Amino acid sequence: MAQVKEYIGKIKPDWCPGCGDFGVLNSLQRALAELDIAPHNVLVVSGIGCSSNLPGFIHSYGFHGLHGRSLPVASGAKLGNHALTVIATGGDGDGYGIGVGHFVHTCRRNIDMTYIVMDNQIYGLTTGQASPTTEKDVRTKSTPEGTIELALNPVALALSCGATYVARGFSGDNLHLAQLMKGAIEHKGFALVDVFSPCVTYNKRNTYPWFRERVYKLEDDQQYDPADFRLAMEKAFEWGARIPIGLFYKVERPTYEDEEPALRSGIPLAKQPLERADLAALMEDFI
Amino acid sequence: MAQTHTELTVWIGGSAGDGIASAGESFAKACSRSGYHVFAYNSYQSVIRGGHVCMHTRIGTHKVYTQGDELDYLVALNADSFQRYGKRVVPGGAVFYNTDKFKAAPDQVGPDVQLIGLPVMALAGNQLMQNTALLGALIQTLGLDPDAIRELIRERFAKKGEAVIKPNLEAFDKGMGFAREHAKPGAIRVGPGDGKRRPLAGGNPMIGFGALAAGCRFYSAYPMTPASSLLHWLVGYAAKTGLMVKQCEDEISALNMAIGAAHVGVRAMTGTSGGGFALMTEAVGEAGMTETPVVIVEAMRGGPSTGLPTKTEQGDLFQLLGASQGEFPRVILAPRTLQECYDMTIHGFNLAERYQCPVLIATDLYLAERLETFDGVNITKVPIDRGALLKQPENGYRRFADTPTGVSPRALPGTPGAVSTTATDEHDEDGIVISDVFTNPPMRKKMMEKRMRKMDHLLKELPAPAIDGPADADLTLVGWGSTYQVMLEAMERLKQEGLSANVLCLRYLWPFQTEQVSRLLKGCKMTMSVEANYTGQLVRLIRMETGLSVQHHLRKYDGEPFELKQVVDQARTILKTKPKEPVVASVVSDEGLPADFSPIESPALGAEVSRQH
Repeated sequence: MAQVKEYIGKIKPDWCPGCGDFGVLNSLQRALAELDIAPHNVLVVSGIGCSSNLPGFIHSYGFHGLHGRSLPVASGAKLGNHALTVIATGGDGDGYGIGVGHFVHTCRRNIDMTYIVMDNQIYGLTTGQASPTTEKDVRTKSTPEGTIELALNPVALALSCGATYVARGFSGDNLHLAQLMKGAIEHKGFALVDVFSPCVTYNKRNTYPWFRERVYKLEDDQQYDPADFRLAMEKAFEWGARIPIGLFYKVERPTYEDEEPALRSGIPLAKQPLERADLAALMEDFI
Repeated sequence: MAQTHTELTVWIGGSAGDGIASAGESFAKACSRSGYHVFAYNSYQSVIRGGHVCMHTRIGTHKVYTQGDELDYLVALNADSFQRYGKRVVPGGAVFYNTDKFKAAPDQVGPDVQLIGLPVMALAGNQLMQNTALLGALIQTLGLDPDAIRELIRERFAKKGEAVIKPNLEAFDKGMGFAREHAKPGAIRVGPGDGKRRPLAGGNPMIGFGALAAGCRFYSAYPMTPASSLLHWLVGYAAKTGLMVKQCEDEISALNMAIGAAHVGVRAMTGTSGGGFALMTEAVGEAGMTETPVVIVEAMRGGPSTGLPTKTEQGDLFQLLGASQGEFPRVILAPRTLQECYDMTIHGFNLAERYQCPVLIATDLYLAERLETFDGVNITKVPIDRGALLKQPENGYRRFADTPTGVSPRALPGTPGAVSTTATDEHDEDGIVISDVFTNPPMRKKMMEKRMRKMDHLLKELPAPAIDGPADADLTLVGWGSTYQVMLEAMERLKQEGLSANVLCLRYLWPFQTEQVSRLLKGCKMTMSVEANYTGQLVRLIRMETGLSVQHHLRKYDGEPFELKQVVDQARTILKTKPKEPVVASVVSDEGLPADFSPIESPALGAEVSRQH
């Protein structure tokens, strides 16, 4: 097994002290170390936002792209070289707001990659506006009288769109979170790990104590079966006094790469020779 | 008495769904296989409900540069078509139609025009055979080789078997037989072809062909006319060539996916039209900032907004120039011919990788969707240059190292010993973000200069622009991209009239070749721009970059391509009047409708026809 320190980047995170994203970064480093994936074989792709700065803080290849566009870049990179371990990271605004269209379609594609969303239910980097997962009636900088819209439900959305591994963690429980991430990375298919990652500066409601009082682990219930889609959907809507974390759902389905004709040889696109087309035959077809 | 010409023009018109494209393509392909040069343009008309389509095909024993503007033979698949174009058929020509669909009277066409009406049901026993039977009559009347069409019928229905091939061949022969018995041989004939079987293609397939030749392995796109046919053509060859084609949820995803694939070392391309490109805008800058080599095809159509989805225009030059915030290296290529669609796509991939920047290929519907013969392209020694790509980086590798050319050697993700992050935020030579905590104005300046320096070197290796035709001509026609061939033909036509013109048509638009273009323009006696837009985008770019103004202007923004006559007429006027003040003229395509035409009330249509609407 590799050492966690091998995955520590040159730059120290610039997150606020106490930010939930530290726990997410540590858990990811631990998961990669336990899986013993060499840093040069990992590509972490992010969008824009506090949490999207993560690729700068982890020792692996990174692509810090546009706001909301981490998933298409990550998809293109995975399809281009499926030998890489591709992990997309970002926040709730990035992934469930501006980028939700890509989220929906990435779920149904089942490309073998992991998507970690640091969900703090607020826009942090832009100093505290309501996000897609801000609960109804919560006052924020952009909703001084409370939000009017309902909060988006990432777990239910991922389930309904066909994601094959759907989990939720809490950055107040790093060991548990690391195990969920490990399972996600090992899973053959598109895996979502939505993480309660408290914003200590702008979200005074959904704090560490708030979550600690409420979260419970699905795996503690012997009866819970993550292969049961209906049950997963039911649990996805549990919110309030008790909020489930853990693995909601896992199913094996052929990945996009499995069914893509250009990858039948098993050789990544990026490693295939460039001169493959029989140009004379193509020319003949024009006649 | 048949007159032998070096060219003739056939229009096949009907409503969408009449099978114009397949009948028109069959005719075009039969001609290209019979040793003729062909140029076909499919004009989608949408003036009347139900839509109207007309395939203009011009064939010649010499290179034909445009769809032409004469109408020798009309195949009218419905009454609407006949109403629109019947009067435009020149003396000696003919109209082919199905008498089961409508009746035509000699006073509905000009003098000396044959009406060749086929009773399709009686002849072929099935109205579905209409197009094939009419093609038979057309081929017979024109005296062209019927075997080429027979061969195409067998190819086209090969999968469906004899049960479909046989009745089609019979309908074709019946059509020929009918014309042999009931019509005079066409008075306008084209001399024999040279026996060469010429390739026939459009701009989109030629860009696709170039991409495959260049080793493109990833094409992502969202459907949009007129770029969709590039998607369709490429996907048709995906299995054979190992190309991965990814249809995306939107154009934002399409370009971001191509960037992702390119980032890990795949030659990647995306294609769209103006509206889709507008969505890609932010990611164009992403490719610039992250120094990712990616090729983007923008097949322009009439704008603004949804505009004219099936019409042509050169209205997006400023969008391409200005796409995305900030300043970064980009290349804009505007192929002018089918060969250039192929060659410049290959060049585009090489420039993208050598200079690690987005390369934009601007075409338009007129170039993308035309069908034209070409004399072959270089397929034996395709130049592929992947630029500075490191397999084993040395210690201390810096992804964005500042170098004399500004090009930083690339190590791809997966390479040991070169782990780095690529960011859309400003970053230093190691890729470390300097936008937030570590703001660093001198470093920002250095990185900006590193990136922009690439353009200086790129500019030096672009092929120089050149003038076609006599250097000392009295008038220079100035344009870009798809209007090249109409300008060339206008130049020839003017020469026949004893007037002297030449052509300066640009194909490398950015970085702008300021010195060369200035030198060429300063040597011109008089200039007239020919652009398919309202504001004269190229002449504005020229003025911006050279301080020189093109004197006179001919513009078109009705959605249809320039007609040869329109360019010749305006050029002649300018040459003869030598105006002192700038002349800005615009032209419009004549729909060919009689002034009193009404699809509902026209007595010519009769009750039978009204059922079609």
